[in-house]
Amino acid sequence: MPNAFWCIVEDDRNGSPKKVMAEVIGEAARLAPGRVEAVWLTDKASEAGLKQLGEWGASRVLLLENAAFAPYRSEVWTAAAAELATKESPAAIFAPVTSRQREFVARLAAKLGVGLSADSVRFAMEGDKLVATRPVYAGKLLSKVTWAKSPWVATLRPNVFRPADAQTGKTATVDRPSLSAPGAQMKFVERREEVSTGLPELTEAETVISGGRGMKGPENYVILEELGRVIGAAVGASRAAVDAGWRPHRFQIGQTGRTISPKLYLGFGVSGAIQHLAGMRTSKVIVAINKDPEAPIFKIADFGIVADLFEVVPELTKEFKKLLEK
Amino acid sequence: MKILVTIKQVPDTATQVKIAADGKTIETTGITWIVSPYDEFAVEEALRIKEKRGQGEVVAVSLGPDRVKEALRSCLAMGCDRAIHLNDPAWSAADTLTTAKALAAVIKQEAPQLVLCGRQAIDDDMGAVTAQLAEVLGWPSAYWIMEEAIDGDGKSVRAARQVEGGLEVFDLPLPAVLAAQKGLNEPRYPTLKGIMGAKKKEIKDVKAADIGVAAEPPQLSVVGLEALPARPPGRIIQGDVPTAVKELVRALREDAKAI
Repeated sequence: MPNAFWCIVEDDRNGSPKKVMAEVIGEAARLAPGRVEAVWLTDKASEAGLKQLGEWGASRVLLLENAAFAPYRSEVWTAAAAELATKESPAAIFAPVTSRQREFVARLAAKLGVGLSADSVRFAMEGDKLVATRPVYAGKLLSKVTWAKSPWVATLRPNVFRPADAQTGKTATVDRPSLSAPGAQMKFVERREEVSTGLPELTEAETVISGGRGMKGPENYVILEELGRVIGAAVGASRAAVDAGWRPHRFQIGQTGRTISPKLYLGFGVSGAIQHLAGMRTSKVIVAINKDPEAPIFKIADFGIVADLFEVVPELTKEFKKLLEK
Repeated sequence: MKILVTIKQVPDTATQVKIAADGKTIETTGITWIVSPYDEFAVEEALRIKEKRGQGEVVAVSLGPDRVKEALRSCLAMGCDRAIHLNDPAWSAADTLTTAKALAAVIKQEAPQLVLCGRQAIDDDMGAVTAQLAEVLGWPSAYWIMEEAIDGDGKSVRAARQVEGGLEVFDLPLPAVLAAQKGLNEPRYPTLKGIMGAKKKEIKDVKAADIGVAAEPPQLSVVGLEALPARPPGRIIQGDVPTAVKELVRALREDAKAI
C-alpha cells in the first residue's frame, strides 16, 4: 500500500483537535484517499478528540502521549516525530499554519533532510509528485514548488481548504507507538494568558473586522467589538493602528502581523496598503468602508461603501442584529 | 558575549515585482532592497544585549549575491561590529535547508553564545531557516520571541514566545537560537556617525569551500511563479448611509452568502 499522508494535530491544549484539522485532513484525503493518518503529540488526548479525527476521515491515529509534549518545544517534538517518520515513511507531512506548527515542521523537515512548503494555499498531484502553491512577495505572486524527495512537508493556510465533512460513526484505529524517552534542553517557566476579548481568534475566525487609521483612536474600537459580538467576528487592526499604539501587535493583520483568510473580511477606515493586503487578500469576500473613494482597498473589495465609518458601523450593527434575530 | 545575527536582503514591500523570463524568479532591476523587517528586530535586540552587558561583539551574517553587501552595511551602520557575507554562485538556488546548513557552518566557526534571527523573511515568507538552523546545530530554539533576558553569568536565556492566546516563557541553555517577532523592540535608525563608521568595518566574503559546505541540490524547488488570479470587479454601493448599509447586508446574505 502506498505511504500515508500524515496530518499533525493542532489541539486546543485540552485534549481536542482544533477545527482547522478538518481542513488539513480534508485536503490530505482529497490527495490520498484512504491513506490519511493523524499524528498527535500531546500530554493528554480525549476520547472525544480521537473520535473526532476518525469522523473527519483519518483512518489511523498515531498517538504520542507524553507529559513532555506539553507545552510544545521544537527539539522534543522533532526528535519524536522524526523517529516515528523514519519507521513509518509517510509520503507527506501536513500541518496547519499556527505559531508552533510553523516552527515544528520546519525543524522536522531539516531533521529528515527534506523540503518544506510553508503557508500553502493549493496542492495538486502531478504524476507521482506533489506540487504546492504558496503566496510570495507580500502575496503579489504565487509560487509553485515541488520536493526532491518525500516526505513532502507542508503547512496549510487556515480557512483556504475545504473542510472534511464529518461522518458520524466512522472511526480511526488508534496506535500508541513506543519511542525513545524525550530529552529536552529548554525548560518551561510559565504561560501568561492574554486578556480575552471574548471574540474568536483572528486566524481561525470565519469573519474578521479590521479597523485602520480611520478609527482615529484606541477608544473607538468598542464599536467594532460590538459589531463583532453580533456577527461572531474577530476584530483586528492595520499596521497604522498598531504602530500608533491603538491596538496590541497580536491584533495586527498584514505582512508583519497575522495572515488571515476568512469567509468575510470587513475593513473600516483601512486604506489597503500592500503590507495589509499581504495578510488578507485571500479572504473570500472583502468589504471596504472608507471615506476616501481613492483608497486602494476598493480595488480588491467585492463590496464598498464610500462613507464615514462612524455612521456606517452603528447602522451595520443594527441591520445585522435584525437579520440574525430572524 | 558574542552574538550572531542572520539577516536577509529582500525587496521593499511597496516595490513592484515582475516575473523574470525564466518564469521562476523575479526581475531584479529597478527593485528597492531592504533588510527584512523582522531581521531588524533581531539586530536591534543583539545591540541592546551588548549595550546592557557593557561588552561583547555582534556579527551580522547574510547569504546572497553581491548586492547583499549593502544590507550588511546597514546592519554595521546600526552598530554591528563586523559582517560575514556568504557569497557563492553555488548558493544561487539555495532553499531554506541549504541556507540553514551554510549558516550553521559559519556559526560553528564563529562559536557565538546566541544566534538571533527574524521570524521570517518577507520575500518568500517561508519562516523556516531559524528552526532548521537550530536543528542542524542541535541547539534549542524559540520562535516568535516578544521578550528575552540573558541571566547574569551568560549561561541561559529566558524567552517569551507569542502563541495563540498568550505568551509562553522558557529557559533555554546557551548557545541557543531565538527568532524575533514584531513587538520585541523598536529598531534604531543608523546615526550619521554610524553610517560613516560602517564604511571602515569589515565585511568578510565567504565561499562554500571556505566553510567546508558541499554543493547539494535543493530539496525544494520553484517550478514557476504566477500572477495572482484577478478578483472579479467589485461594486461600490451608492445611496445614503442607511440605504447603502441595508443593501450591503442584503447582498452579503443573498448574493455572496457570506453571513
